[in-house]
Amino acid sequence: MGALYRTIDRGLLRDIGALIIAAAFIGVSFGAIAVASGVPGWLALVMSMVVFAGGSQFMAVGLLAAGSPVGALLGGLLLNARHLPFGLAVSDVVGHRWPTRLLGSHLLIDESVAFALSQTDPVQRRAAYWLTGVGLFVTWNLGTAIGVVVGGAVADPAALGLDAAFPAGLLALLLPSLQDPAARGVAAVAAVVALLTTPLLPAGVPVLLGLLGLATLALRRRNQEEKR
Amino acid sequence: MTVAVMVTVVTVLALGTYLLRLAGVALAERISLPEPVRKVLPLAAVALLAALAVTTALTEAGEVAGIARPAGVLVGVVLAWRRMPFAVVVIAAAATAAGLRLLGVP
Repeated sequence: MGALYRTIDRGLLRDIGALIIAAAFIGVSFGAIAVASGVPGWLALVMSMVVFAGGSQFMAVGLLAAGSPVGALLGGLLLNARHLPFGLAVSDVVGHRWPTRLLGSHLLIDESVAFALSQTDPVQRRAAYWLTGVGLFVTWNLGTAIGVVVGGAVADPAALGLDAAFPAGLLALLLPSLQDPAARGVAAVAAVVALLTTPLLPAGVPVLLGLLGLATLALRRRNQEEKR
Repeated sequence: MTVAVMVTVVTVLALGTYLLRLAGVALAERISLPEPVRKVLPLAAVALLAALAVTTALTEAGEVAGIARPAGVLVGVVLAWRRMPFAVVVIAAAATAAGLRLLGVP
């Protein structure tokens, strides 16, 4: 770990720091909302530790409060289904030995995948993945604990604009990948498909349908063959 | 709702989520993917992240997310595109959305 720490780019470290601090505030709001919805404080803490996927946690708490445990479970799992293709895509940075793989898999979140993708050098990619995962795990759980204790006294995340910080951060991390025209086509179609299907389908499915953006690669190849 | 039901939901959700995570990571080495598919995998992550970012930027519970949030995200993206530091991007996005809401913009 010491060697890993020394090899990390200073700027990368600062960027990860900014994101995990934002995550702490969202964790605070999760803890507060969970308790307000009738979930015991200790269970909200356990949830942040063992589920460790913010979107599905907010959804599950909301549906539990609405009296729908089955919906909370299925909705949460559907929302988290994207982690499987994420794992396929970044398996190289998670590790090859089983102990690291078992631990690293739990750190597979949108942010760690996005940070890994934003780096080209293999060492930086690995470092970005692990630091984001571990750092966010710490701040997310710390935030949840604060939210559980302080409860409704904390400010609403919308008032702090945190709901805009998350997608802006993800898009900023995607920008380097988008310099490749093929990736731009994939991302554009993925975004349009997901956006158009969002009003029609249950949460989680539109994002998975974003994978249809990969079809642009086949079209692109066919066009290139026709030109030849 | 009893606590036992909630504990069950959290337990199964945690196990299921972990298995989804592990399955992708473990499968990547287990199955020998053809080279073209292997090359496309990072783009699969790009597709998913783009879909996730754009839907969370523009929608909330299946409906349009108002003005403040998309405006904040737009400011963040422009700053990122102008190669501003990541922290500036995130803070500017949040500050724009928060400021607009303070002015009464939804």
